[in-house]
Amino acid sequence: MSGFGIKELVDVLRASAGEEEDVNLEGDILDVDFESLGYDSLALSNTVRWIERDLGIALPDEAIDVGSTPRGLLDEVTRAVARVA
Amino acid sequence: MPNRHGGRRVVVTGIGVIAPGGIGTKQYWDLLCAGRTATRTISLFDASPFRSRVAAEADFDAVASGLSRRQIRTWDRTTQFAVVAAREALADSGVLGELDPYRTGVMVGTACGMTQSLDSEYAVVSDEGKKWLVDEAHASPYLYDYFAPSSMAAELAWLVEAQGPVGVVSTGCTSGIDVLGHAADLIAEGAADVLVSGASDAAISPITVACFDAIRATTPRNDDPGTASRPFDRTRNGFALGEGAAIFVLEEYGHARRRGAHVYAEIAGHATRANAFSMTGLRSDGRELAEAITTALDRARVRPGDIDYINAHGSSTKQNDLHETMAYKHSLGAHAYTTPISSIKSMIGHSLGAICSLEVAASVLAIEQSVIPPTANLHEPDPDCDLDYVPLTAREQRSDVVLSVASGFGGFQSAIVLTAPDRAAA
Amino acid sequence: MTAPVVTGLGVLSPNGSGVDDFWAATLAGHSGVAPLTRFDASGYPSGIGGEVKDFDAAELLPGRLLPQTDHMTRLALVTAEQCLADADLDPRELPDFAVGVVTAASAGGMEFGQRELEALWGRGGAYVSAYQAFAWFYPVNTGQISIRHGMRGASSAIVTEQAGGLDAVAKARRHIDHGTPHMVAGGVDSALCPWGWLCMSRSGRVSTSTDPNRAYLPFDVEASGYVPGEGGALLVLEDPRAADRRGAPKRYGSVLGYASTFDPRPGSGREPGLRRAVELALDQAELAPGDVDVVFADASGVPELDRQEALALAAVFGTRGVPVTAPKTMTGRLLAGGASLDLAAALLALRDQVVPPTVNITHPAHGELIDLVTDQPRELPLTHALVLARGLGGFNSAMVLCQGED
Repeated sequence: MSGFGIKELVDVLRASAGEEEDVNLEGDILDVDFESLGYDSLALSNTVRWIERDLGIALPDEAIDVGSTPRGLLDEVTRAVARVA
Repeated sequence: MPNRHGGRRVVVTGIGVIAPGGIGTKQYWDLLCAGRTATRTISLFDASPFRSRVAAEADFDAVASGLSRRQIRTWDRTTQFAVVAAREALADSGVLGELDPYRTGVMVGTACGMTQSLDSEYAVVSDEGKKWLVDEAHASPYLYDYFAPSSMAAELAWLVEAQGPVGVVSTGCTSGIDVLGHAADLIAEGAADVLVSGASDAAISPITVACFDAIRATTPRNDDPGTASRPFDRTRNGFALGEGAAIFVLEEYGHARRRGAHVYAEIAGHATRANAFSMTGLRSDGRELAEAITTALDRARVRPGDIDYINAHGSSTKQNDLHETMAYKHSLGAHAYTTPISSIKSMIGHSLGAICSLEVAASVLAIEQSVIPPTANLHEPDPDCDLDYVPLTAREQRSDVVLSVASGFGGFQSAIVLTAPDRAAA
Repeated sequence: MTAPVVTGLGVLSPNGSGVDDFWAATLAGHSGVAPLTRFDASGYPSGIGGEVKDFDAAELLPGRLLPQTDHMTRLALVTAEQCLADADLDPRELPDFAVGVVTAASAGGMEFGQRELEALWGRGGAYVSAYQAFAWFYPVNTGQISIRHGMRGASSAIVTEQAGGLDAVAKARRHIDHGTPHMVAGGVDSALCPWGWLCMSRSGRVSTSTDPNRAYLPFDVEASGYVPGEGGALLVLEDPRAADRRGAPKRYGSVLGYASTFDPRPGSGREPGLRRAVELALDQAELAPGDVDVVFADASGVPELDRQEALALAAVFGTRGVPVTAPKTMTGRLLAGGASLDLAAALLALRDQVVPPTVNITHPAHGELIDLVTDQPRELPLTHALVLARGLGGFNSAMVLCQGED
């Protein structure tokens, strides 16, 4: 287990890419796409980079997809962690 | 015949080039026509920690290029490139000795300015990032010249003894077109008769490589550097960083004709638009670039069907090459499918602000030499990039009207139209 | 070329944020120059600067923009919002490609760049932000303003050291002439961080005086260089017909003429280019020297450059032929932003028929050449103003403004 869940992801999003005023990142956002959460591909690049660095993993380019969701990204993280383990 | 803006026409009478695989215009053109690639494993510094370790580096020998020891020691590589290229352009044009300083200007483009020196100087004053030192003995006395890239324009102005309008136009990766457009406007409006203008970038340094790594814009094809840049190919996965400079002598047409100058081409029109979308991303429909193309053609009084060759931006990123293909279809209609298009970034990489001026040099030489340089490394066309990208081998063909385009960070979308000199005389 | 009309102003200045506060402070002679607080400047040759006060980016800008912007860009975004509101202009309500932006830069986002260089060298490339690719590059303010407000017209960025604040406006004027009827233009700049401060100390022009009231004394016998500051101004410029069509509420003035020249190589012994820039700008404006009612000087603070400027003004206007002022004595020199702030001050002077003062001058050095407005504002009829800006290396720019529409 990476111990990296939605709470950790929200922390990284806030720190690396900021936060839209009218989006509640504390709400149920697991299946809301990143674009609707106010993040563009650049913001996701920065977020993915932070996760890679913090967890010592490598995420594929597909992880940087504004049409994806926090759940999708967390699944990518889980798979990447499993590859390292 | 006056052009639409200011009544004065602007022509290219001199070219100077520093490029990967070719110092000087002749070597550069030979490389492009041969379809050879100059991308390789980065040698300017140890790039082993980075994701992308490929770049197109210029084999630039500052001493052999005629720079003094003082110039080599104090000038950033970007300024060195610009000055050496400007000297070649001035010699090529034969205009030195016929310049009125008050009617002569300098406009130079750059995306990264003196980034390489700022990067290395930062390492010096911070003991390689360990501790920020404020010690007068450690900081270069030339730091301010690296801080403000206008220093490069000043050096060029002193070289030419220009006392007309002088400055830097910096619009990221469209700088090399936008600066020529700006310079051409100054001549057209009557603010000067001669402009030494073009762009220079030499930013293959750790900070640049790191920041393109961060957004995965550069190619990680480290195992096969010679084929790393693959514009319009299905397997493309990012651009290869490059460096270089192209500087031109631009003249008011009558000024060039009176002194019997060789005229390469006319700068017939240019335009720039913003996508107001993303600092790095592109809207997939290419509408803003299409608008820039249409406006540039209009200013040049050229119809889509008149274009003989398009020198593409073709950066070899997934999004750019699609975006650009869409922009051609929007702006040129059916002609998009019948006009040869090529990206020389396949051979000399993406030198950021400088590349568009290098591409304008290639466009001008395509007019002069009746050869279209190819898109190297294009073996498996992307099915969504379905135009004629002149794969692998140069094509002998007369070109009277050439379009060159660029897209850049900040959302800039630019286009420039070059036409044959006999068209200019018509 | 059609004379574009200025229909909106945005200002962030060390002595006042917003047009009204800036102008009130400027007429009152209130200076924003003080010891630096942004970082510990002890150990540097100088420690006096003009900081924009009470600027809370988190309160003023969307959270999404904070991780990707340098302090300079944050200042520029707030200034742009101000000028658009002042002009009552919403680019999204206008046709596609009808609004563009041109900004002047000097060094890009140095504070952001310093942090990323520190990450790169101290911790490794993986720690460099994805935003570094553009956060320190020269046209970042243009790009971010364009994106935030949906401006898709012709846009650009100019670097001519401290002359850029005029050159950007001149380029915007050309874009208007070429068919982008509404433009935002000017400069907002900052490099008040250790890395920027170290670089600026190498210009050889920053005063090492420790007294905020004695550090920047242009045209004074005690002139010893200048004080760097931050901030600047952005102008909304419009084709007058387009401004009328959309019912723009204000007309601060018009840009009648502009020219830029370059000095001969240092040591050549030839005359600097400033006088020629003034003459060419007046020619373009179709004005005689006697038509100019006030000059906003570049006011370098470097004695030799002050002397050059005084001589050039005396040559064009006659000795003490026109009131000359330098309200930038209250702000310091704002890199690429300073000349734009002078344009704003000149337009406000034309509006209110009053010349703002040059402060702290106790012993004028060129009193026989120029009539420097010191201590108190001077009320007089004003129709035309000339604004001058020079950049290190030899850049000279001159712009002529008139009250209202041409």
